Amino acid sequence: MDLFEWQAKELFAKYGVPTTKQVVVTSVDEVRAAAEQLGAPVMVKAQVKTGGRGKAGGVKFAPSVDDAEAKARDILGMDIKGHTVRTILISEAADIGEEYYFSFLLDRGNRSYLAMCSAEGGMEIEQLAVEKPEALARIPVDPVVGVDEAKAREIAEKGGLPEVIRDQAVEVIVKLWDVFTGEEATLVEVNPLVRTPDDKVLALDGKVTLDDNADFRHRDVHDAYRDSAAADPLEARAKEKNLNYVKLDGEVGIIGNGAGLVMSTLDVVAYAGERHSGVRPANFLDIGGGASAEVMANGLEIILSDPSVRSVFVNVFGGITSCDAVANGIVSALSLLEGRGEELTKPLVVRLDGNNAEEGRRILSEADHRLVEQVDTMDGAAERAAELASSGSAA
Amino acid sequence: MAIWLNDSSKVIVQGITGSEGTKHTRRMVASGTNVVGGVNPRKAGTDVDGIPVFATVGEAMKETGADVSVVFVPPAFAKDAAIEAIDAQMPLLVVITEGIPVQDTAYFFAYSRESASTRIIGPNCPGIISPGKSNAGIIPADITKPGRIGLVSKSGTLTYQMMYELRDLGFSSCVGIGGDPIIGTTHIDCLRAFEEDDETDAIVMIGEIGGDAEERAADFIKSSVTKPVVGYVAGFTAPEGKTMGHAGAIVSGSSGTAAAKQEALEAVGVRVGKTPSETARLMRELVSAS
Repeated sequence: MDLFEWQAKELFAKYGVPTTKQVVVTSVDEVRAAAEQLGAPVMVKAQVKTGGRGKAGGVKFAPSVDDAEAKARDILGMDIKGHTVRTILISEAADIGEEYYFSFLLDRGNRSYLAMCSAEGGMEIEQLAVEKPEALARIPVDPVVGVDEAKAREIAEKGGLPEVIRDQAVEVIVKLWDVFTGEEATLVEVNPLVRTPDDKVLALDGKVTLDDNADFRHRDVHDAYRDSAAADPLEARAKEKNLNYVKLDGEVGIIGNGAGLVMSTLDVVAYAGERHSGVRPANFLDIGGGASAEVMANGLEIILSDPSVRSVFVNVFGGITSCDAVANGIVSALSLLEGRGEELTKPLVVRLDGNNAEEGRRILSEADHRLVEQVDTMDGAAERAAELASSGSAA
Repeated sequence: MAIWLNDSSKVIVQGITGSEGTKHTRRMVASGTNVVGGVNPRKAGTDVDGIPVFATVGEAMKETGADVSVVFVPPAFAKDAAIEAIDAQMPLLVVITEGIPVQDTAYFFAYSRESASTRIIGPNCPGIISPGKSNAGIIPADITKPGRIGLVSKSGTLTYQMMYELRDLGFSSCVGIGGDPIIGTTHIDCLRAFEEDDETDAIVMIGEIGGDAEERAADFIKSSVTKPVVGYVAGFTAPEGKTMGHAGAIVSGSSGTAAAKQEALEAVGVRVGKTPSETARLMRELVSAS
């Protein structure tokens, strides 16, 4: 889960990382009180989970309370790279002497952790890595050993942070490590980490990614920071039912078992769509290696309620799950939905292979549901599903 | 030979008394795996279908000579289970558990590197099978037969799909390395082992979006693999910033895309299929040409 800047800075404060005071607002009405409380001048910052906010005009300096209100009015509702600004952060405006870069992150390639530190901060890290790779120190961090004061000092030195603030920086780095491990993050980034003209170190902006797998140990924080407003309504419903669902923007609904097979199914449908007026997959839905009838019913319900879906492709390779169970799941899911008085109109193309596939196919043939069509191969079934979606045979 | 797992392997199951552990122990036994024990400190002295349950991994190894452990314990307990097996110097540790916090995996993987006596496969993986010899994990044993193709994949069901596509040719070993951001055994480890295995003639490598493991594998193939390799990458149509099921499957910016991975593999002479069935066809062409 990626956090907003205000959430990242809130976590920083919780661990004693020095940062600016802040107030989060969601309407223009709240801005005056916030700015008065902090004392002008203030920064008015759009809260969106994407880079390039500054360039898009989403971060402004406001010398007065009136100005803060005007700036907030401009920024609220703004679209930044497809993200609507619903929340604004009003924060103290700090005087900036120098800007540095700092992060702890998961290093997938080396299957370990990495600290990155640079005396040249302020720009996006991707840009820094390309334009001044020599200025960006990368220091491996052993997950068993962790970061103590000596390690933090090594990081600060290699990153070239100046002597005069080094002790402070070391202390900040140790605290950021506490954030990284204490909250089970996969990324803790401070950009910029600044040195004020009077030689104080402050974290002015933060980016934190928390590990969803660690949810069971951090339920309070995860629940508090989850951005339910931004979640697609179908994704929110799927999450309630514990389904692994991602909404996409096409017309062919997809259900499969196993993340890799479903990703592959999306691709095969997109290729087939190139021959059928460009239809694309409408979603990712993995019902898991051991898919039950109930999960199939929940999945079908979500997908059939997506108004952009015009056909559905159910692609199952029976590994542990046997295909007869999946076939029964499809049949009972359809009658369950029809039993609720829902009028089903969208055609289903089903491909069953692997464990007990023949029995599964027989069950579907016997049920002979008017909307269900079977195709033996993954490629053939994708072709058929794309064709049905493009012909718009659904209502 | 096959890789890492063969007919002399002695397997124990950590979490044998849980529902998943018991179910898959039975499947492993049914497919001919020599399951010699299980571990659960609270149920030591009992048995599962006649398979003795021990209190610790160390005790199970001492009593049975086990050299493979398969872990089915829930995510919250997986780190301790792995550390216990590493401390006991278990040679092969297959972690099936899905949903382990990544800092736990980072810790036990780093810990295993220090002792350097345990190879970890997974977590969040289907395990490893050497058809006709042994099966450590949850890969269905009846899809295919022994043969001379080696398979490595991040994904379980794509592993099964590919085994099925090439079921008439058969496999030496199939390894599902798992879809988490940190995994114990990589594509490269498998490629190296298949290259050295005299029962493997050709290799299928299945990748997916996220990270740069496939790009690294391409470099390794160029420098160190003489056997023919065909590849497949899933996730060409995945949008940026969305996690596709596997915690590691996410495209961020221009990195981790399927197109970049395909390009890297093709640049070193690996033929890459657009779909699983096309990939299988490429392998057939290779095999019939040799």
